[in-house]
Amino acid sequence: MTTLKQEGGAPSRKGAPRPSGTSSSREIRKQAAATPWLFLAPYLVLFIAFVLVPIIFGAWISLHTWDYTRPLKPFVGLGNYAELFRPGTGPFNNFWGAMQATGIFTLFSVPLLLVIPLAVAILMAKKFPGRNFFRAVYFAPYVLGVAVIGVMWRYLLDNNIGLVNYYMGLLGLPSDIAWTTSTPAAWVALVGVTVWWTLGFNAVIYLAGLQDIPAELYEAARMDGATPWQQFINVTLPGLRPVLSFVTLVTLIASVNMFGQSYLMTQGGPGRETRTAIYQIADTGLRNFQMGSAAAMSYVLTLFLMALSLVVFWLFRERKDVR
Amino acid sequence: MTHPKRSLRGRLQAATALSAVALLGLTACGGSGSEQAASEFTGEYDGPAVELSYWNGFTGGDGPFMEKMVEEFNAEHENIKVVSNTMQWADFYQRLPAAVTAGEGPDVGVMHLDQLSTMAARNVIVPVDDLADTLELTGDDFTQEVWDAGVYQDERFGIPLDVHSLAMYYNTEHFEKAGITEAPTDAASFEDALKKLQAAGYDTPFWMPALWPSHLMNLSLQWQNGNEPYDGEASQANFASSEGLEAIEWQRGIVDDGYSPSNVAIDSQYVAFKNGENSITWDGIWQFNDLEASGMSYAAAPIPTIFDEKAVWASSHNFFLPRQAQPDPDKADAAKVFIAWMSENSAEWAGSGMIPARESVRAEGALDGMPQEAIAEDVDSMRFLPAVPGIGQVQTETLEVGVNKAVLGEESPEDAMTEAADNASTLMEENKASFGE
Repeated sequence: MTTLKQEGGAPSRKGAPRPSGTSSSREIRKQAAATPWLFLAPYLVLFIAFVLVPIIFGAWISLHTWDYTRPLKPFVGLGNYAELFRPGTGPFNNFWGAMQATGIFTLFSVPLLLVIPLAVAILMAKKFPGRNFFRAVYFAPYVLGVAVIGVMWRYLLDNNIGLVNYYMGLLGLPSDIAWTTSTPAAWVALVGVTVWWTLGFNAVIYLAGLQDIPAELYEAARMDGATPWQQFINVTLPGLRPVLSFVTLVTLIASVNMFGQSYLMTQGGPGRETRTAIYQIADTGLRNFQMGSAAAMSYVLTLFLMALSLVVFWLFRERKDVR
Repeated sequence: MTHPKRSLRGRLQAATALSAVALLGLTACGGSGSEQAASEFTGEYDGPAVELSYWNGFTGGDGPFMEKMVEEFNAEHENIKVVSNTMQWADFYQRLPAAVTAGEGPDVGVMHLDQLSTMAARNVIVPVDDLADTLELTGDDFTQEVWDAGVYQDERFGIPLDVHSLAMYYNTEHFEKAGITEAPTDAASFEDALKKLQAAGYDTPFWMPALWPSHLMNLSLQWQNGNEPYDGEASQANFASSEGLEAIEWQRGIVDDGYSPSNVAIDSQYVAFKNGENSITWDGIWQFNDLEASGMSYAAAPIPTIFDEKAVWASSHNFFLPRQAQPDPDKADAAKVFIAWMSENSAEWAGSGMIPARESVRAEGALDGMPQEAIAEDVDSMRFLPAVPGIGQVQTETLEVGVNKAVLGEESPEDAMTEAADNASTLMEENKASFGE
């Protein structure tokens, strides 16, 4: 969203009224009153129908005991929220257990998904034979659906019949790790698979950012005697800052919204330990028909996500150079 | 905001578009309005040609058989075309209420016995008493529990097609090598068989799954031990009674005693069985065709009676009619003809591995020579979940989690099942309040 705003801002400033041709520019401005709305309309309709209305309707649902198959949907005020904050109740344990699982996953997957793709992108930005082939290889897993990677890795990682443990055994490594049925191994599996699956996407964005950094800057840095590491710190990273903030935010949101991997690979197990927040919300709302409680959980999750996003914005804010 | 003329024209255009849509909608709805489906059902359908959408969850070895029967039905009925839509049962129970509420439900479908009361309470399905009358179906032709479970608040909602239970599958080659001549039938002979299999070099002969169908094994064992897992009347779950705990302790004991590896993830016990990595597995009788196709040498027997009573978990597939937003009497009649035909031809359904629900069909020799014949003999020892609305959710949220934790050894059987039983009782209490019985 930020990048869009920034990019959208620049051309309008460029298109500010020019001293010449006043009559024609007034003509344009007169048209302009309706024109932006018309251009916005296709997206605006979709936005209202699929984002704005559900947001408001969801808030309304969260104030009720809402089972869409039943005629009576009694109003309970903030009861659904209160229940989520009352220790000892079923919803409290399930929801905060799921939030904790989400937190663990996010904590480990986000840093890895920021660093590894950057390394890959820097490697792929270099000129070497077969570069396009390797770029495609790194990106390839991302085109697979979560169902494909989930089911595939569930069998590969199975601790009794899976290939991963079999090959680890051949290499003399421990071959009895329960990748999908015990923690912390399940977290290693979930984070590992997610990194393997989505690193291509982040790498492509980094790559685009890297190609945007003017070569002259590197040249100048070399002239000043900067080592490759110094070039990376002083040229590459600052040049990537807008891209970094975008990648961080997108990765963060994707990690907090993780669902398919644990649903398919661990079935939320052992017990409920790898049930993420979205898993819990989907289960509560869609399988158990407690839409009110599920909507309340969604709003609490959203608040967390918004707070985290603000932190990211703050971290990547434009800093005035003190030097 | 905008130029007045422009906006007026815009509004007019929008209004025209809207009314066009509304008109379309009205014509589509035209002629309907009555709440009740159909008039008297006569058992025959001679109206105009209709197409019925038929939902089911036969995704396993039973799917191709159902498809074949549907094709036969279509060939025999010129004016009815049944189009089936097959999906995973878990998705099925999620989608059906949504589709019916949105007025997009199917015309006919099949669901499990233990879901009927839930769906009836949710007003997703409609009573089929008249159909049962026309078909002259009575409780005499069915196992009492199966027949009674189709009734919710004095109305019948399901026409049973089959019953299906857990069974014990074993690898006959392994048994031969271990020198076991007969399928074990009780705790002692079962343990003896496991020991012999281990002695013959099969280190882990009986894998104890951590998830499905472990909770069905648990229910069977609880019933065998004289425990009633759910008390619908009192909204109470009894998994953690001393008899209930013995059941889960036996399951965990299989792992502790080394007959099973630990951490058996979902489906792997079955895949391992097909690959000859273990020797015995308990699974549903609907797997016969799948095992047959795998070409392995196996046999099936009723699960052994580990405790005092002969008992095994079972369920039943039931035909139902969904509630329609715009009832079409022709379609409703055609759907009833379809259900009647399926019920009458349920002998053929035995080919899917299931046991026809009607005693009369079984008596005519539908199961002669079929692999499930031996299991069908024990039809009286089959136990079903009580017809309590919301029981499906209670199972997945509590019993399955508890069994999972206990079998994995994450928690002691007692802790895991006590927590599960408490949660189950709370949920049942809530369900009772919400469904207002």
